[in-house]
Amino acid sequence: MATQPPRAESLALLDKLVTALKRRGIVSEEEIAQKQASADRANPMTGARMVARAWTDPEWRALLLRDGTAAAEAMGISMRGNPPLGVLEDTAKVHHLVVCTLCSCYPRAIIGYPPHWYKSAAYRSRAVREPRAVLAEFGTVLPAGIQVRVVDSTADFRWMVLPMRPEGTEGWTEDQLTALVTRDHLVGVSLPDAGGKASRAA
Amino acid sequence: MDTPNLAPFPAQHDLGGNPRFRCTPVETDENAPPDDFGKRVDALRAVLRDRGLITTDEQRFNIESLPEAEYFDLTYYEKWLRAVAAVMIAKGVVSWEDLQ
Repeated sequence: MATQPPRAESLALLDKLVTALKRRGIVSEEEIAQKQASADRANPMTGARMVARAWTDPEWRALLLRDGTAAAEAMGISMRGNPPLGVLEDTAKVHHLVVCTLCSCYPRAIIGYPPHWYKSAAYRSRAVREPRAVLAEFGTVLPAGIQVRVVDSTADFRWMVLPMRPEGTEGWTEDQLTALVTRDHLVGVSLPDAGGKASRAA
Repeated sequence: MDTPNLAPFPAQHDLGGNPRFRCTPVETDENAPPDDFGKRVDALRAVLRDRGLITTDEQRFNIESLPEAEYFDLTYYEKWLRAVAAVMIAKGVVSWEDLQ
């Protein structure tokens, strides 16, 4: 549904709203373009760098887990206007999955626009009811001994997952590790895997 | 005698655990960024937020208040646009006539 093009009446409504706001001097085309450029720039590489650094630097890891917002700011990302960012640490016993059951709350400053599926009714309703089935649809099958903890992102608090460092990455540089981490790992629907990206690390 | 069920009925946007989508698979390969319309709605909302004219909660409330048929029929950024327009009208920033 969400991937359908907007209706003609919606395009017309947007034009009329923007025209009225411009006429009153409330917005300008330049400001809209600036905001769009800034939204376009945000991407999962930031979150990936935060994760890779946590895999190699214990002090940074402690900061990241204590205060995700401060950690993002330390990466040069402005978190002004964003709700606090919490970081969920995966362990050998617990895996985390992030959902926003009420809408689409998502740490955009460090991951970028949320994908369509994150906003879909299917993901929002099922992630809390049958997380393992949802994970399986992403090709992620966790051993039965691992607990799955589903965390609801809200308008007032956003979450990202700190996955475990994959085996077989000993001695890798921070850049090589960063290249392993994708948006889906930061949401928790899949896990980083050194095997699948070995060529990139070579 | 049956006891009346007084449990509150979840609001339409409260989808956690809703059985309606139990058999709907997640479209995991849908990675497309928003289209131009979506990006423009999003950017407009951000400008208005910086102006102090709309908060996340005002936007959220107006999306959640859409009639159920529209809530499940409109695309994501169409819902955002309607919420932004509703807040601007409610605050007298633009008039209803402006948007006809």
